[in-house]
Amino acid sequence: MEQLIEEFSLGLFFWQTLLFLALLFLLWKFAWKPILGAVNDREEGIKDALAAAEEAKKEMQNVTADNEKLLKEARAEREAMLKEAREMKEKIVSDAKEAAKTEGDKMIQQAQQAIESEKKAAVADIKSQVATLSVDIAEKVIKEQLSNKEKQLKLVEDMLGDIKLN
Amino acid sequence: MRNTFLIKFLLLVTLLFVSKTFALDDTVSEGESGKDLKSEITAYIEHHLKDTHDFSLFSYTDKTGEKHHVGFPLPVILWDNGLKVFSSSKLHHGEAVAHVGENYYKLYHSKIYKTDAAGTITYDDKYHPENVKPLDFSITKSVVMIFLTGLLMFLLFRGLATSYAKNGSIPKGLGRFFEPIVLYIRDDIAISNIGEKKYKKYMPFLLTVFFFIWFLNMFGLTPLGVNVTGNIAVTTALAILTFIITNFTGTKTYWMHLFNPLGDSMPWYGKLPLYIILIPIEILGIFIKPFSLLIRLYANMQAGHIVVMSLIGLMFIFKSWIGSPLSFGLAFAISLIEILVALLQAYIFTMLSALYFGFASEEHDHAEAH
Repeated sequence: MEQLIEEFSLGLFFWQTLLFLALLFLLWKFAWKPILGAVNDREEGIKDALAAAEEAKKEMQNVTADNEKLLKEARAEREAMLKEAREMKEKIVSDAKEAAKTEGDKMIQQAQQAIESEKKAAVADIKSQVATLSVDIAEKVIKEQLSNKEKQLKLVEDMLGDIKLN
Repeated sequence: MRNTFLIKFLLLVTLLFVSKTFALDDTVSEGESGKDLKSEITAYIEHHLKDTHDFSLFSYTDKTGEKHHVGFPLPVILWDNGLKVFSSSKLHHGEAVAHVGENYYKLYHSKIYKTDAAGTITYDDKYHPENVKPLDFSITKSVVMIFLTGLLMFLLFRGLATSYAKNGSIPKGLGRFFEPIVLYIRDDIAISNIGEKKYKKYMPFLLTVFFFIWFLNMFGLTPLGVNVTGNIAVTTALAILTFIITNFTGTKTYWMHLFNPLGDSMPWYGKLPLYIILIPIEILGIFIKPFSLLIRLYANMQAGHIVVMSLIGLMFIFKSWIGSPLSFGLAFAISLIEILVALLQAYIFTMLSALYFGFASEEHDHAEAH
């Protein structure tokens, strides 16, 4: 300890303090301040840039999500439209089928009715003709019978032969 | 790229080391017997560790046995009933008496004493000189090195600062090497010890002290052999600055912690007997912390120089084909370690200063945390 105190030089202590303080002041003013400032600015810049990039990424994601959504909506809409069209087509077809069927049925019915009435008319006509013929035959038969027996018979036979021809 | 750098670095170290060895060789080669050589080496090492009044690059002894010092003198500034300024060449390395005005001065063991015309120095019973020591404000070798280091630092970091301005916040050249160190001091020494809020005002001191100590330590390893950081006056000046900054920026919490370490956890009559012991210890602690700083730096650098110089000295004592290369290898290895120590001591000084600043600038209520 005594040796240390002996070794201690007040002059050197004085110069060291003076020079160091001067150095500290000069470096503070002209070196550390601008250096730390520049480094700080750069770090802030990097931080800002990173934040901006993050923001851009988020925005990009949002845009993509929006696109996706729009696309999905469009797809859904198309799907719905197609479905509607298909349904409409089916309905139209079935409607047409229905209409055709009812029309056909109606026509058939009408035809049947017509046939029925024609038949009825024909039958009635035949009946009336048969009646007339019968009446005629009966009249002729009666007339022949009245003149000659043989002839009457022959007449009936002829008449019958005529009917056959008819 | 990295390899070439390493090779260059090792080459430089080797060159410096070799020239240092030659410097020693020149001085001690005239030693005749082993005993003389040993004492000569011891004297040389002792001389090297001390601050000198002239800047000697090396010295040699010519064939006639006369010793020559190669270097340049430095101004001697004394306060002895008025300012006395003269060149250190007048002192002739302690071999002559300097006659300035009506006074005579003589250099003895690197200190200037006031003597009579014949230069007699009287000693007390412990062999200490009894002569009057005038206040010595000389520009010594250490002062020159401090100034040169300061100039180098200023040019270097001013250059770095301007390169930022020119290149848009991107360092260039040497700055690329020093910028990570500056950032390391900021992030891992200042912020981690002092905290995000308050570290800024301590940054200039921490950066300056780190590079100052580191550069001076490195200069100490060059053949110029300037043992500035191994000088107690220099380390004391640095530690006193740490002490002043610590206590002048001390917050209320810091002083509360000092004088009322237990806080409100105990009634006053309980604290009283404890505080009789605690408070003196705390107050002593304020002084012990910077004192440990100054002793640690001084002792480490001093010891490193002694070890390297002694191992180099061993080469000349062995003077054999086995011993000398062995001690050369050893000295070389120690020199490499010293390069690491140069950085380490700068780091430790800065780190501990930051730690003390951290204690001083603490804001939260520490008393409650106990």
